[in-house]
Amino acid sequence: MKHKLIDIAKVIRSKNSGPYEITFDIILKDKETFNALVEHKCINAELIASLYKIKVEDVITIVEFVPANAIKATIIRPMCSGDIRETDVYGAQQHAPLLDLEFDY
Amino acid sequence: MKCVKVLSTTAILGYGFPMSSFEEGMKLKPDCIAVDAGSTDPGPYYLGAGVSFTDYFAVKRDLAIMIEAGIEHNIPVLVGSAGGSGAKPHLDWQLQIVYEIAKEHNLHFKMAVIEADFDKEFVLKAFEEGKVKPLHPAPECTREDILESTRIVGQMGVEPFIKALNDGAQVIIAGRSYDPNMFAALPIIRGFDQGLALHMGKILECAAIASTPGSGSDCMFGTIYEDRFVLETLNPARKCTTLSVSAHTLYEKTNPYILPGPGGTIDLHQTTFTQLNENQVEVRGSKFILSNPYTIKLEAAKCVGFRTVSIAGVRDPIFIREIDSILEGVTKRVKDNFKNLDNYHLNFKIYGKNGVMGDLEPVKEITSHELCIVIDAVAKTQDVANTICSFARSTMLHYGYDGRIATAGNLAFPYSPSDFKVGAVYNFSLYHLIEITDPVGIFKQTMVNV
Repeated sequence: MKHKLIDIAKVIRSKNSGPYEITFDIILKDKETFNALVEHKCINAELIASLYKIKVEDVITIVEFVPANAIKATIIRPMCSGDIRETDVYGAQQHAPLLDLEFDY
Repeated sequence: MKCVKVLSTTAILGYGFPMSSFEEGMKLKPDCIAVDAGSTDPGPYYLGAGVSFTDYFAVKRDLAIMIEAGIEHNIPVLVGSAGGSGAKPHLDWQLQIVYEIAKEHNLHFKMAVIEADFDKEFVLKAFEEGKVKPLHPAPECTREDILESTRIVGQMGVEPFIKALNDGAQVIIAGRSYDPNMFAALPIIRGFDQGLALHMGKILECAAIASTPGSGSDCMFGTIYEDRFVLETLNPARKCTTLSVSAHTLYEKTNPYILPGPGGTIDLHQTTFTQLNENQVEVRGSKFILSNPYTIKLEAAKCVGFRTVSIAGVRDPIFIREIDSILEGVTKRVKDNFKNLDNYHLNFKIYGKNGVMGDLEPVKEITSHELCIVIDAVAKTQDVANTICSFARSTMLHYGYDGRIATAGNLAFPYSPSDFKVGAVYNFSLYHLIEITDPVGIFKQTMVNV
């Protein structure tokens, strides 16, 4: 069955983790959904890389954080926060492409 | 039961808090009042330029309430990362506010001032000895990065705060600090577990952001016991839930199980979050793992030029269709007209296309009926930045693109003047770890009677 991430997550957000990284937090609505996504490895480095058109090596970590029913992906920022071509100093508006993700499980 | 109670007033000093929340917190008889005053989030400018990203009067309002209550109840008030970036100019700015508060409220107290600035020669020497390493994925630094930085700060650990409290400070104003210090120092002095104390601090430093509905401008209360700590909100409109607290542990971190800091790491692999009642969450199991050698995170920024921007809107569908070729054409005209000026950056931020995400934007097609264009020029001097921005703006205004039928002007300016001189532009030049041996002595500490 197909599930849209926006329907099964209660928080989807992005933020700097220090000036050289952007981290994405996906907090699922319940333990069952979290377990399903983890079991099927739905959120993985290849997915994040293809979504943001970056190299897989630039996806630093995918962490499943059990206490919060959360899956977290961290990528290398395209540039250090505040560099001359910066578009989002806090990195807080880079999450939108995640909303449209769809998973089959 | 033996415990230490900590009142965190707000996410960042100057972001404010409701007086009713603060009063509720004081009713619970806290052992200290603490706040984080800084962040690198707002970017390199504030550290580089030596100014605060918070507002003078907003900071004064928050701090006056905290210091008055602290003195009245004889409990310490701890402030870290003073003035936002925590370098000397920020610390001086913060101290001026403290002196004004003391004078206006006729308060007298013992104040510890802790500086976080690192001498460039000291950092350079450590760099040459291989004791300055980039914090992945920051690049390796160079001698020039160190020498050209306007100032260098190090994120101090909890040790200088412990010394200040042991020396009898009633108020501590510290430069750049690891966020949890202000909340963890007193619990650690009283013998509570460092891992739990720092983890509690890690959550309290953002105050009510870790509650639901979250807020950056409300208080939060933490109580640490021998083997656990408990968090609660002080505003009936907000609740602490296991989700709000554990979710906050994710916030702005690369890996929520391992939180590295000065001198060690908070390990959350065994941490549990339990809902005690409607508004209290209990946390157990967090551990502190010492690192060897002791490392401090250095932060620095350097000036890379001066900026001028111009903001304009476009509504013409043919212009919008042709946007890429127009930008290319304008860039070429600017280059051609000022062949003698090559040391500048001209960028266009196109809102409605990829203004927010730049290269990370997966949506390629423009579906908006209007766009906002920010013409952004950065050059070695303000004059050159003005010239490049002005010329790019006038060229774009009258640019003859393919299929143009509106020949009077291509841009809608919301403002006159159309160009804004932003001033100096800074980049982060250091985000590195430095090995040190004395985590107290390296941060200059003075005790003053206010």
